[in-house]
Amino acid sequence: MSDFDAIIVGSGCAGAIAAYELAQAGKSVLVVERGNYAGAKNMTGGRLYTHALKQVFPNFEDEAPLERRITHERISMMTPDSNFTIDFSSDDMLVSGQDSYSVLRGSLDGWLADKAEAAGADYIFGIPVEELVKDGNRVVGIKAGEDEMTADVVILCDGANSLLTKEAVGFERPRGSAMAVGVKQVIELPASVIEDRLLANEGEGAAWLFVGDATKGHVGGGFVYTNKESVSLGIVATISDLASADTPIYQMLEDMKAHPAIAPLIKGGKVVEHSGHMVPEGGRDMMPPLVGDGVILAGESAMMCVNLGYMVRGMDYAIAAGMHAGRSAVAALDAGDTSAAGLGGYVKALEESFVLKDLEQFKRFPHFMESTTRIFNEYPAFVRNAMNTLFIVDGTPVAPLKKSMMPHVKNIGIINLLKDVWKGMKAL
Amino acid sequence: MSDIKITVNVDEYLALNKFEVDEEQAHIELVENPDMAEFLKLVRVCPAALYKVDAEGKTSFDYAGCLECGTCRIACGDTIIKKWSFPGSTMGIEYRYG
Repeated sequence: MSDFDAIIVGSGCAGAIAAYELAQAGKSVLVVERGNYAGAKNMTGGRLYTHALKQVFPNFEDEAPLERRITHERISMMTPDSNFTIDFSSDDMLVSGQDSYSVLRGSLDGWLADKAEAAGADYIFGIPVEELVKDGNRVVGIKAGEDEMTADVVILCDGANSLLTKEAVGFERPRGSAMAVGVKQVIELPASVIEDRLLANEGEGAAWLFVGDATKGHVGGGFVYTNKESVSLGIVATISDLASADTPIYQMLEDMKAHPAIAPLIKGGKVVEHSGHMVPEGGRDMMPPLVGDGVILAGESAMMCVNLGYMVRGMDYAIAAGMHAGRSAVAALDAGDTSAAGLGGYVKALEESFVLKDLEQFKRFPHFMESTTRIFNEYPAFVRNAMNTLFIVDGTPVAPLKKSMMPHVKNIGIINLLKDVWKGMKAL
Repeated sequence: MSDIKITVNVDEYLALNKFEVDEEQAHIELVENPDMAEFLKLVRVCPAALYKVDAEGKTSFDYAGCLECGTCRIACGDTIIKKWSFPGSTMGIEYRYG
């Protein structure tokens, strides 16, 4: 007889929702969270696409601690001396279930944990799970500090830097080419200042990604997300490539803040937190087995994250995976079989959902980015040169556009340009 | 690295964070006399700038401001990082915003 039906390691998006689903179904659930409160160890860029949360909590808009509804999608190509931005907004971004919000994990994870607790889940905070308890190949519980606790199913939702997935399912530490590091600062500014500077209505804001000079031409990019009364600003860079850069990531962040395109946005703002987090970006090919005997992996511990340069997603995958993990665990408990085969419904549910379909779809994209460094160097410079040709007026007689633009294109090479576009399309 | 201009003092930013530092036990340990090329990787990738090389080329590492992201474990887990664990109960970084 186990101490609990289910033990969940980690109370982030996946863990809290898995706990909620199990508790709702009347199962005994223990959540062990190493932070002193949910969210204490967690960080996001970040923006949450709401469709998955809406499935679990249809009325989340009235309750969840959301920051700003994202009504502006901005993408910039940046060189040290220029910045080219696309700003997109549309009414379709305002439809519930296909909209997105900026969030901060301190408040979001606290709300999710409250939901799980209210549904009946037990919580232990402030204790890291150091080891799993195993019976042969089967995971039967956890060790936390002096204590050992057993459960019929253990759900690992302990994040991108899980130290338990190797023991659980034999997952080897991921390579530096499949992982990125993110650094972020939260910079406080009055709500009205944020709205004025981003041309946003009250309660609305922007998600803004930068390619090029933010990472000094290295694989990755910069980001800005507007919160209610702060801006989340940071850099994400692929670890293996960053390891050979001339500039450390924290200096990249400082230089990005001083770039003429960004400095006015955060002028007068006060940095209140400096955070770091890893981002899995290898897609389906880098994922561990999602179940083992007595164990399920969900969220970033299973590398459920996608970084496409113009879009970074992880939390909606984690929420959907947490929901399916909880529901599949309930079914397996009811059937009295929590072996890998008994928990197979979880894998099937994910295969049928957007989660594994997306991770499969985008699995070639990180390799495309790494092997196409022109995205981070030549193309931002090309755009600068072309835009200078288009917009700068100095009294020199104007040449036909075709003639004045061709040298810029030739700098890159038409063949290279076509090849990169083709490769990029194929990887998406 | 010596030709790279570091203008930022990350320690000042870390001072804004909330930490409970475990003075008793280091949760990350390096091998003795770590290989310089590997150490320089960590200088570049650690978002908390905990891996430092001074003007004389002397290396130093302090786990106290660790953000627990695990990037050093991924970058150098099979070279110069000897031990990587999470800080003990209730210890380490405590994000208020996240």
